[in-house]
Amino acid sequence: MKPSVLSVALAAIAMSCANSTASRAAWEPVRPVEFIVPAGTGGGADQMARTIQGIVTKHNLMKQPLVVINKAGGAGGEGFLDVKTSSGNPHKIIITLSNLFTTPLATGIPFNWKDLTPVAMLALDEFVLWVNAEKPYNSVKDYVDAAKKAPSGSFKMGGTGSKQEDQIITVGIEKAVDAKFTYIPYKGGGEVAVQLVGNHVDSTVNNPIEAVAQWRGGKLRPLCVFDAQPMAYDEPIADGKAWKDIPTCKSQGLAMEYLMLRGIFMSPKATKDQVEYYVELFKKVRATPEWQEFMKSGAFNTTFMTGADYAKWVEAEEKRHQDLMKEAGFLASAN
Amino acid sequence: MEELANLFHGFAVALQPYNIMLMIIGITLGVIIGVLPGLGGANGVAILLPLTFSMPPTSAIIMLSCIYWGALFGGAITSILFNIPGEPWSVATTFDGYPMAQQGKPGEALTAAFTSSFVGALFAVIMITLVAPLVAGFALRFGPAEKFAVYFLAFCSFVGLSKEPPFKTIAAMMMGFALAAVGLDSITGQLRLTFGVTELLNGFDFLIAVIGLFGIGEILLTMEEGLAFRGGNAKINLRVVLHTWRELPTYWMTSLRSCLIGCWMGVTPAGATPASFMSYGIAKRLARRGNNFGKGEIEGVIAPETAAHAAGTSALLPMLSLGVPGSPTAAVLLGGLLIWGLQPGPMLFVEQKEFVWGLIASMYLGNLAGLIVVLTCVPVFAAILRVPFGIIAPLILVLCAIGAYSVHNSTFDVMLMLVFGVLGYLLKKCNYPLAPLVLAIVLGDKAEEAFRQSLLGSQGSLGVFFSNGLVSTIMALGLVALFWSAIQEGYSRLRTPMA
Repeated sequence: MKPSVLSVALAAIAMSCANSTASRAAWEPVRPVEFIVPAGTGGGADQMARTIQGIVTKHNLMKQPLVVINKAGGAGGEGFLDVKTSSGNPHKIIITLSNLFTTPLATGIPFNWKDLTPVAMLALDEFVLWVNAEKPYNSVKDYVDAAKKAPSGSFKMGGTGSKQEDQIITVGIEKAVDAKFTYIPYKGGGEVAVQLVGNHVDSTVNNPIEAVAQWRGGKLRPLCVFDAQPMAYDEPIADGKAWKDIPTCKSQGLAMEYLMLRGIFMSPKATKDQVEYYVELFKKVRATPEWQEFMKSGAFNTTFMTGADYAKWVEAEEKRHQDLMKEAGFLASAN
Repeated sequence: MEELANLFHGFAVALQPYNIMLMIIGITLGVIIGVLPGLGGANGVAILLPLTFSMPPTSAIIMLSCIYWGALFGGAITSILFNIPGEPWSVATTFDGYPMAQQGKPGEALTAAFTSSFVGALFAVIMITLVAPLVAGFALRFGPAEKFAVYFLAFCSFVGLSKEPPFKTIAAMMMGFALAAVGLDSITGQLRLTFGVTELLNGFDFLIAVIGLFGIGEILLTMEEGLAFRGGNAKINLRVVLHTWRELPTYWMTSLRSCLIGCWMGVTPAGATPASFMSYGIAKRLARRGNNFGKGEIEGVIAPETAAHAAGTSALLPMLSLGVPGSPTAAVLLGGLLIWGLQPGPMLFVEQKEFVWGLIASMYLGNLAGLIVVLTCVPVFAAILRVPFGIIAPLILVLCAIGAYSVHNSTFDVMLMLVFGVLGYLLKKCNYPLAPLVLAIVLGDKAEEAFRQSLLGSQGSLGVFFSNGLVSTIMALGLVALFWSAIQEGYSRLRTPMA
């Protein structure tokens, strides 16, 4: 959706009847807080932001309304630049995905995460290697063999966006198994999963939430997860298999790990009190049953970080993206 | 007949007083959202989404889908009265709807638009009810090549109907493609034609272009023609509605054809916009009074409105059964489903019967409620045209500016809208058609994306567009549409010198 004065007004009306019971903090928002999503409506970041908005509304966690605004232009660059230029405005927070690193590196727009104030890591999103259930690949080995046997470039990997996380993982796989894929970028993760169901691509690295419905419907098969350990959720999803039963790629001989940040930043020059307010807010959000249900449905890695730990993690991750993208030749030539 | 039993159960759910109340609130909000340009259905649904989190999922989806229906109905109002399409798929409605309003027939045009919308939606819902599982699988066969073929067909069938000199049509369309190319190139991830201007990161938004080209351009033209706002002596009472209704059944062929085009385009992921353009183009060619299209022909309103609603409604089918949203609004609804803890996909019809059939039943009832709400308001809407131009023009200008601003909360867009307004005025003065330009802005980047995805997959071979029966058929249809018009053009040129 697109932001508007009206959206703020409508949300304000929606909230006006809510009696806030939020605890006293040293600083509190005095007007509606804009929650920027640097991605389109319906995507993973957007879903998470809107879930948070719903939780905040339902449990009266804020006295002021929280208004979700999508600024997806330029692979999210529009959103990042908007927050960057709102220095000293504590009523603006942004949810980030990996485009926090990839967009400035690939497009050369004048932005770096250090321009913003880190608030908290909410979760990490997993990536899973998926194939069509009709295909005879039952393990990573079958898959890698088939990819190697296919004529160079004829094995198609579908993914979301160009020079972003999905393509970075694809390049990582190519390196790890010494095969050449053709990467085909699409606009959204749901579309990618459906292209795989329709056999228009040979494999994808969809996030769990994007492909779970097709897995349950028996259309797709997960081969491995790009994490250091298997996912934590042991409730059976399909064929008696749970997220937990998906082996790590590394254990299957595919040495690639990748997790995507789902974190919160705020405008530059925020004070300690202001950051503290949002950290406390997100702690409360994380404690609600709705949030836990959401984490389970998307098989998220629920690591939570704030303060210096968080900044350190982001810094290391930035370095890693720089290296990965440099190797893949994805860096913008200008700037 | 299990489906039928499920449907009646769905009606029972949808007919609870609480749900009926939500339905009427939703329709009313939707119409308001649809009337304001810039604040389309997707925005409206997204803004109001958090309101529904405390409701049971079935009630929530009923309210939200009713906002969607309301916005679809509302979009036609500004298209017809002021030549400002609120949504991409309302553009084709302006071609004949606005001339009708100018000729003093706004009531007829609105009635025809609303009724056709209802017919299209009803047709699509019936299709969903009967053949949901069969049709859903069809969307899976659409890879990038098939998608491109559909866009190709839309462009071709539209080029074919142009009365303007073909070079002007092509020039206008190319200008649209150039504008659509600005922004992030989604295939390489590089910025194109932005020249370091942050405001251009997002490219040219369709809505800004259309508000400027049509709305502002039209005001400039009217000012030049002496500040007269035609259509002021419109008959405005409910008799107009009944009169129009008596006339509509004679166009059953156009309606049926548009329903079929709409459903087909909705289920394939192409969506409502190409459906409305294609339906208009085909109706123009096949209708008895096709030569009058563009001058205020009622069939020219029926065709795009029917197809757009049939497509908009049937687009919900792939969303529910596959989790692929067929339109921006469907994408927001999809987000809502996930938040309510429902997982769209093949299992939804099996596991969440009450929800699915409640939604389908609410499609019948919501559209009926919508039709009643908007039809009773036709006289009110039509009366707006009686307001003197000197008063209404500034109001339209303000409305346009608010609309353009609210798309991205950016004053830059308001400037852009004015620039597009001047451009629209100049193009009209030089007799360049605006429609191909708009079509190219709306579908240009999607067509380009599908084209390049196809070529990536085929490693550069154009043979991919004729690689299976489905894609070959659509491409062949497109070529026929293109060359048919060229032949007609050549034929009429041969005849002209002799006359």
